[in-house]
Amino acid sequence: MEKTIANKSVNINDEGYLTDFSQWDKEVGTEIAKEEDIEMTDKHWEVIDFLQDKHHKEEALSIRGIKKSGVINIKEFYSLFPGGPLKKSTKIAGIPKPKSCI
Amino acid sequence: MKNLVILGAGTSGTMMANHLISRLPKKEWKITIIDQYKTHYYQPGFLFLPFDIYTTKQVKKKGKKFIPKRVRYLQEKIELIEPDKNRVHLEHGETLDYTILIIATGTKIAPEEIEGMKGPKWHKNIFDFYTYEGSKALRDKFREWKGGKLVVHITEMPIKCPVAPLEFAFLADSYFKNKGMRDKVEITFVTPLDGAFTKPKATKALHYLLEEKKIKEVTDFNIERVDFKNNKIIDYADTEVEYDLLVTIPTNMGDALIERSGMGDDLNFVPTDKATLQTLAHENVFAIGDATNLPASKAGSVAHFEAEILTENILRYIDKKPLKEEFDGHANCFIETGNGKALLIDFNYTHEPVEGTFPFPGVGPLNLLKESRMNHMGKMAFRWIYWNMLIKGIHIPFVSATMSEKGKHFEEVK
Ligand SMILES: Cc1cc2nc3c(=O)[nH]c(=O)nc-3n(C[C@H](O)[C@H](O)[C@H](O)COP(=O)(O)OP(=O)(O)OC[C@H]3O[C@@H](n4cnc5c(N)ncnc54)[C@H](O)[C@@H]3O)c2cc1C
Repeated sequence: MEKTIANKSVNINDEGYLTDFSQWDKEVGTEIAKEEDIEMTDKHWEVIDFLQDKHHKEEALSIRGIKKSGVINIKEFYSLFPGGPLKKSTKIAGIPKPKSCI
Repeated sequence: MKNLVILGAGTSGTMMANHLISRLPKKEWKITIIDQYKTHYYQPGFLFLPFDIYTTKQVKKKGKKFIPKRVRYLQEKIELIEPDKNRVHLEHGETLDYTILIIATGTKIAPEEIEGMKGPKWHKNIFDFYTYEGSKALRDKFREWKGGKLVVHITEMPIKCPVAPLEFAFLADSYFKNKGMRDKVEITFVTPLDGAFTKPKATKALHYLLEEKKIKEVTDFNIERVDFKNNKIIDYADTEVEYDLLVTIPTNMGDALIERSGMGDDLNFVPTDKATLQTLAHENVFAIGDATNLPASKAGSVAHFEAEILTENILRYIDKKPLKEEFDGHANCFIETGNGKALLIDFNYTHEPVEGTFPFPGVGPLNLLKESRMNHMGKMAFRWIYWNMLIKGIHIPFVSATMSEKGKHFEEVK
């Protein structure tokens, strides 16, 4: 599916996650965050950086990983991305929603 | 003499000992296997023990019975692996040198990871059923329980046999119905995932089961702590779920041995090539089963498929041939749905659980993704197959290590 976000045409899946990370930039991230009612701050971006870095190293993302990230603790993570923090933050980061194996 | 050492004599280690004994030349190779326990547990039986469906005798046997005579079998705790020195240290000081090492130390529960879980109420009104002790204690509790709020809870993924918690909820529904007290028991299923089934396809096909059995669902619940004084579990978003009886699947982790040896990830699982089963850090060290970090199910059936491929790759490694990149994450498991029925699902790294028939395309007799009595018989027969064929490394007829696409209806995972 194609969608225009921050005046850029990007490809997304049915849940609204970017399917091609190369189409991501900070403006796109900011727009997606707005749709989720999140106003991005430096702290938010620090988390996004961390997640993207993990993703590029092909390391699985989990709540536990956040705990050990040294970037923030889980309570802060929840308050920055209320609701489903891992789902929302990965969406803003332009990376796939973490999936867990059956 | 060259040494092949297997760490852990559970499902995977025992299978590897049986496969390799006939494949490695006797004159050149000595095989040693080490486990801390005398008993080999049939873990899938821990699901049935709490409901008095299996007896304690049916789920444990002496490990020695299943280890070939020519294999040296040591009962001791493994203290440390020194992969750079090709050496393993045992608890009482013995050291073993190896040419090839197979890590098969599995995964175990770590309730101490969550505040309040392994406190004064552990095995009083907070139980696990992933250990023999937990499962048996829960059986005794159920026998006298008068009812109330039963919460079945998953702490975090990954866990071994990921469908077991849901099967547990289904079996609890039948159990209390049969006892004539279902109206006194409220069953709630609490999961960190966004649905009770971990694969979207299965969720769609199977959600009706939860409704039919009146099992409530709480999703996206990432537990922060157990408030054992007030009988509540609390998550990071401050959502609370009250219980009278909590049955939890604690965090699953690899053995502390892996951490001590500096060979694991955050959860002490060993980073392993997902197609060849060679560890990423050391070419003469292989890993199999629950101990690996593979993105496949942690299940006995998966370990069974892995064992066939790993055996082949060890022989190739010895012959200095390129390893077969063959393992596709194939898993098939029965899902017990209560009332003498079960489902069967079949999937791999790239395919969602499929509908169709198994193992014979178009014939079955087992139905994939559909509830049936035949599937339940399959699940019960699995115990016999486990003790008599699976861990002895006998090939199970018609079931292949990689997934067959015949007679199944597919959808690729995107
Ligand atoms: C409740 C439940 C239901 C299940 N249902 C199913 C099912 O229906 N179908 C299915 O296919 N699978 C099922 N499973 C999963 C299956 O039992 C496991 O995936 C399988 O046993 C994994 O085998 P393994 O050899 O990798 O690990 P294990 O069988 O756990 O063996 C690991 C061994 O290593 C030993 N060990 C570890 N560390 C040390 C150390 N430091 N020193 C000495 N020894 C050590 C342990 O004592 C243990 O014997 C279920 C599991 C549970 C708990």
